[in-house]
Amino acid sequence: MSEFIQLVIAGLTTGSFYALVALGYTMVYGIVRLINFAHGDIFMVGAFLGWTVLTTLAATHMPWGIGLLIALILSMILTGGLGVAVERFAYQPLLSAPPLSILITALGVSLALENGVLLIFGPGFNTYPQLIGSAGFVLGGAHITFIQVGIIILSFLLMAGLYLFVHHTFIGTAMRALAVDRDAARLMGINVERVIQITFFLGSSLAAVAGVMEGLYYTEINFFMGFIVGLRAFTAAVLGGIGNIPGAMAGGLLIGLLEAFSAGYISSRWTDVIVFLVLIGTLVVKPTGLFGERVVERM
Amino acid sequence: MTLLVVEGLRVGYGKVEVLHGIDITVGPSEIVALLGSNGAGKTTTLRALSGLEPIRGGGVTLGGTSLVGVPAHRIAAMGLAHVPERRRLFAPLSVEENLKLGGYLMRDKPAELKQRIEIMYGLFPRLAERRLQLAGTLSGGEQQMVAIARALILKPRLLVLDEPSMGLAPLIVRSIFGIVRRLRDEGMAILLVEQNARQTLRIADRAYVLENGDILVQGAASALAQDPRVQAAYLGGVAAA
Repeated sequence: MSEFIQLVIAGLTTGSFYALVALGYTMVYGIVRLINFAHGDIFMVGAFLGWTVLTTLAATHMPWGIGLLIALILSMILTGGLGVAVERFAYQPLLSAPPLSILITALGVSLALENGVLLIFGPGFNTYPQLIGSAGFVLGGAHITFIQVGIIILSFLLMAGLYLFVHHTFIGTAMRALAVDRDAARLMGINVERVIQITFFLGSSLAAVAGVMEGLYYTEINFFMGFIVGLRAFTAAVLGGIGNIPGAMAGGLLIGLLEAFSAGYISSRWTDVIVFLVLIGTLVVKPTGLFGERVVERM
Repeated sequence: MTLLVVEGLRVGYGKVEVLHGIDITVGPSEIVALLGSNGAGKTTTLRALSGLEPIRGGGVTLGGTSLVGVPAHRIAAMGLAHVPERRRLFAPLSVEENLKLGGYLMRDKPAELKQRIEIMYGLFPRLAERRLQLAGTLSGGEQQMVAIARALILKPRLLVLDEPSMGLAPLIVRSIFGIVRRLRDEGMAILLVEQNARQTLRIADRAYVLENGDILVQGAASALAQDPRVQAAYLGGVAAA
């Protein structure tokens, strides 16, 4: 039982990363029908920006809570801005081009970001400051760390906030309208380009939060970390039904749990095999994903 | 005093030119019909006016301000409301959310917007009963009401309607045309595209007949209803039979 609880908590923790990153894939796809394959690397840049802020602040002996808050906020803003810049300069000129051009561009952006970070921070691992270490408490025989609890709570708050934003604000409603019918949205006076930029900003800043939290959790980051997280988060988005926001959240948590259970009960070598088998199985049985019955509702 | 002035409008897709330089005017308190068969360029004309298709040549002014090169969302802000062909509602959103989006440009004045939405529910009581229903689940007539109400929220100066009668029962078409006439009587300028020429000429003040991207005939609606060319082609006259 204690092992089970341990695995659930670990699964929800990594699942939170996947869910936050998957939201970026799914929101962008819902609105511009683009699989942003550079999104995993946006997440990676978020982790590096957070690391830069945290290590800079570490010298000032500021209380770690405030330092972490500043790191999170700065990383969200800067990474969000990076997402908007990528959209503006790499994707927007190609929005009416054949889908293959934009896909190749996304791969190009991914390589550019990875190699840019490689150039600046080097090929090795950068160690995140250990703010609270592995302190925690025991629940049902399982050792649960405060970092895990913090990550899970923060992710759920962000996801709830995003859901409220999308359903109860004008910009959010405009995003959903845009996902359904771009021309009709224009006729309502919606500045479509602006809403697309806001979508990229939100998706990228959520990925930045995941990046910083991943750095705190695993303590080490490097330029290639976005690849596997990006792949699993993309899987999560497809599993939940791409374009569907609650689907991305559920898909992310599910992939995290699956990863934890397969690592705990079978072997971590089999994790990717099992994750992708589940994905393939889902797509065979239900090609629209778990939440795919609402095909018309893409957000 | 004319509100909308279209002069020598040319629009095309790729290498194909669809409109070869057409002239149209619409004034306040006037229903102007744009008739023509499938593929004549009616919808293209409306899409060019509201900024959804780029204008290749000629001029379009609304109240004296040029619309050429202005993006669609700005044209909406200038007082041109376009109810597109097939209504194009946001199907997975509720009726109320659709109406709110119609008032997207007055989102910083929520009290006023709420009031405008209530006025629309007064104009279309059926929608008030269905305000929380998803727009995609409404009947065709109700969907058309949402589409028109959504366009009226901002009190446009010019209302552009693309085939509002499409797929609707005669009784519902009559009630929608009744509303259009009422809007005209209240001072709104209306540009109406229709395939159903007979009924349209009955409510319109003036009309243009578009054929292969050129204006074939124009004039007072009552005169056009008597015109042998129009009768033959669009009113089921002898020649068309």
